[in-house]
Amino acid sequence: MNFPILSTLIFLPLFSSIFIFLSKSQKNNNSAIYVSLFTSIATFLLALFIWHSLDVTSAEFQFIEEKSWINDFIKFKLGVDGISILFIVLTTFIAPICIISCINSVQDRVKEFLIAILILETFMIGVFCSLDLVIFYLFFEAGLIPMFLIIGVWGGPKRVYSAFKFFLYTLLGSVLMLAAIIVIYWLTGTTDVTQIYEIKIPKEYQNILWLAFFSSFAVKMPMWPVHTWLPDAHVEAPTAGSVILAAILLKMAGYGFLRFSIPMFPIASEFFTPLIFSLSIIAIIYTSLVALMQDDMKKLIAYSSVAHMGFVTLGIFTFTKQGLEGSIFQMISHGLISAALFLCVGVLYDRLQSRSISTYGGVVNYLPKYSLFFLIFVLAGLGLPGTSGFLGEFLVLTGTFQKSYLAAMIATFGVVLGATYMLWLTKRVIFGDTNNNEIKNLKDINTLELIMLSSLGFFVIFFGFYPAPLMDTMSTSIDNLISNYQADLLLNTVKIND
Amino acid sequence: MINNLNILYPEIFLSLSIFTILMLGVFIKKSFNLIFNLSLLILIIAIVIIFTNGSSTEKIFLDSFIRDALSNFFKILILVSSLFVLNSSKSFIKDNKLDKFEYPIIILISILGMFFMVSSNDLILFYLGLELQSLSLYILAAIDRDNLRSSESGIKYFILSALSSGLLLYGCSLLYGFTGTTNFEIISNELNKQNTGAIFAMVFILVGLAFKISAVPFHMWTPDVYEGSPTSITSYFAVVPKVAGLAVLIKFMFIPFSNILLEWQTIIIFISIASMILGAIAAIGQKNLKRLLAYSSIGHIGYALAGVATGAVTGYVSSIVYITIYVVMNIGAFSCLYLMKKDGIYKENISDLSGISKKHPLLAISFLIILFSLAGIPPLGGFFAKFYIFSSVLEQEMYTLAIIGLLSTVISAFYYLKIIKTIYFEENKLSFDLVNKTAVSGTILISCVLLVTFFLYPSFLNGIISSLFVN
Repeated sequence: MNFPILSTLIFLPLFSSIFIFLSKSQKNNNSAIYVSLFTSIATFLLALFIWHSLDVTSAEFQFIEEKSWINDFIKFKLGVDGISILFIVLTTFIAPICIISCINSVQDRVKEFLIAILILETFMIGVFCSLDLVIFYLFFEAGLIPMFLIIGVWGGPKRVYSAFKFFLYTLLGSVLMLAAIIVIYWLTGTTDVTQIYEIKIPKEYQNILWLAFFSSFAVKMPMWPVHTWLPDAHVEAPTAGSVILAAILLKMAGYGFLRFSIPMFPIASEFFTPLIFSLSIIAIIYTSLVALMQDDMKKLIAYSSVAHMGFVTLGIFTFTKQGLEGSIFQMISHGLISAALFLCVGVLYDRLQSRSISTYGGVVNYLPKYSLFFLIFVLAGLGLPGTSGFLGEFLVLTGTFQKSYLAAMIATFGVVLGATYMLWLTKRVIFGDTNNNEIKNLKDINTLELIMLSSLGFFVIFFGFYPAPLMDTMSTSIDNLISNYQADLLLNTVKIND
Repeated sequence: MINNLNILYPEIFLSLSIFTILMLGVFIKKSFNLIFNLSLLILIIAIVIIFTNGSSTEKIFLDSFIRDALSNFFKILILVSSLFVLNSSKSFIKDNKLDKFEYPIIILISILGMFFMVSSNDLILFYLGLELQSLSLYILAAIDRDNLRSSESGIKYFILSALSSGLLLYGCSLLYGFTGTTNFEIISNELNKQNTGAIFAMVFILVGLAFKISAVPFHMWTPDVYEGSPTSITSYFAVVPKVAGLAVLIKFMFIPFSNILLEWQTIIIFISIASMILGAIAAIGQKNLKRLLAYSSIGHIGYALAGVATGAVTGYVSSIVYITIYVVMNIGAFSCLYLMKKDGIYKENISDLSGISKKHPLLAISFLIILFSLAGIPPLGGFFAKFYIFSSVLEQEMYTLAIIGLLSTVISAFYYLKIIKTIYFEENKLSFDLVNKTAVSGTILISCVLLVTFFLYPSFLNGIISSLFVN
């Protein structure tokens, strides 16, 4: 296939943002909204087309584009496989929802906001498409600029602090990864990921390089104890910013583990598995407990995200098929559920300008449609069977049991805690007595909000009952990942025995 | 007779035209506009002469002057950057009543000095060029002679710089004493580790050069001079002499000192690390934009020196790439300062920028691009500059230098973010006049477009500069 379809996918939102930037500003920003909505939906359809035409029975990278870039060795190389296409579809699905959500919640500088969202979308798709470490780093870091502005310009009262914390934490983690990427370049003579898979990085370098990549992914994931930027960023970001942050930016790290850490440094990955397990379990238990104590709804969901990401890392580092499938599934489903929960909080916040749980109570009496959606997403968030949240956690735990009983048992306890804070949240916000008279005057969700929440809700339930489309797509790639990983480990033990 | 005088054409042209316009300036009254425009024309013609004059390696005057592709590159960089600095500063000069006809002429004289610096192949010619440049710069720093701070910065710069020139001259004479020659190539053959006296000479010369490019610990003059001088002069200081200074430093390391690499490498590594850290930390507390840019330029010189510290050709190349992108970024940044004019007064404080993104979205986005690029965030040009530096540093397996450099980029990102915070996150207080701004906004536009589109073809600069070293 000669047509550069992935480049088109990546740069379509960017071109649209340039178009919006150059167009004359009007009093009502309708045209800018239509243009960006149109582009993001077109991007989504293009991503669906790529998914459709992807050969899922092959573990090879497809739609490969290669251009010489920095010099002969660092190429502009793009490609997708069964794992990355899912994240691309998720990204392009979430972007239009963010744009719709900003119609209600963003009043100030709408045009700039749309430009930032579209540029961010370009960088996010780029992260999932890149098959070259330098390109990956470029997109991974470039996303900081629009996100910094989204939090800082359109955020809440403590937005400056949160934006700085977000930016500096992520940058600090990432510069070490940049050093590691350059070291890999000088070790192997290339930054092309597929070639590095073949060349195999010498064993004595693996641990330190793994740690450098880990420093970046751990911050982005975020793993305990470097997760503290996330609640701040979530609380202060506008609704659309929180949605993107939770649904996609956090998934970059999980994807990074799958695409880079494990295949490039299998020996180090095996070596550091206990570390990952401990940190994940601490994240699951500790942040669940912290989430219980929150009064701010966004903060509660942010901490629950950290806990859910704990399941993801746990699953990835089991190196079992169930664990890896569960992790990817959990990432996709968390992308949908957390996006929906942040939108739900946004709906209330747009009406009452408060995120505090104690402000609300008995919302079900006055906003019945809203409460229905809220309940669906809360139940999905705690992993009720029949929603997509269940399957991910279930598979991760199945995988973990094969690796470590202790870890699996503690993690299972985390599921119970998850149910506790989620249900308690529902009890306090949706049910109970209405103490606040303002709630009685609230209007139920409007058409736009209905569209956003129902489209997310549909997929949450659809994938809960019928996960096959996702599973079939990633299955071959995961098999390939595991078999390569085990072959590498085997090769290493053979060498030691010699 | 001298038969290859043609390699001197750019210098001859520049000297003759300086004398001509000096005469014009003396005899025609109110001649600033004329002289200014003629100077721009002279710069453009000089660029054309260098391009048409060929770039094969040739020497003249008993091998003391060398014309090669590398020196041509530096000369063009010096000319182009001076052209942009001068062109964008015209309205500032007039507004601040600095429009004396000597202004552009002195700049041309300093450029002539830099030409001899980058083309020197001999200690004496090198020193003469350096002094011609420095003397012009002293006058420029104090050109606003009725302003106390400008005069102070001129005097300060003169005293400290004269001291460093003295040290440098002492180093040169030591080097002559221990090797018996002033020619760079012969020095290079004579020098070796046993020659302890020559190593002393190397240290003195390094101190002098480090002062000229304001590397820590010889940076003390920079913030005061940057703040005290008129902004148009500061932007010249921040850009053009840095290019010439770094060119000469690389030349010294590449030719005369190439055999005592291990001796000077340690010193450069120290200077580089110290500059990066001080540049990152000292800038945090600054409130004046010019002072902040002074510390930021100290930090940037630290990164450029990290490339020199590798002692390898890839390192030198990366360091020249770095200084080139640095020039683009700084010209853009200072041009933005020219737009910060309110009621006829040019504002310099960061707080004056608060919330300008609402009133002046284009100025704000230019600041955004330039500052993120200075911070080295991809996909802007500044990232690739740092990428090449760290790539060459890690190639030599100098892990400590790389890690310290990378961490100080994070620290320095903080103060760039602080400016962006002021521009975008805070409430609007001032709106600037924005009159007579065609030249300035053109310069900003060019610099932003270069920084944003650099990622499309990032090996462009690297390719050119590597090919210069092949010869």
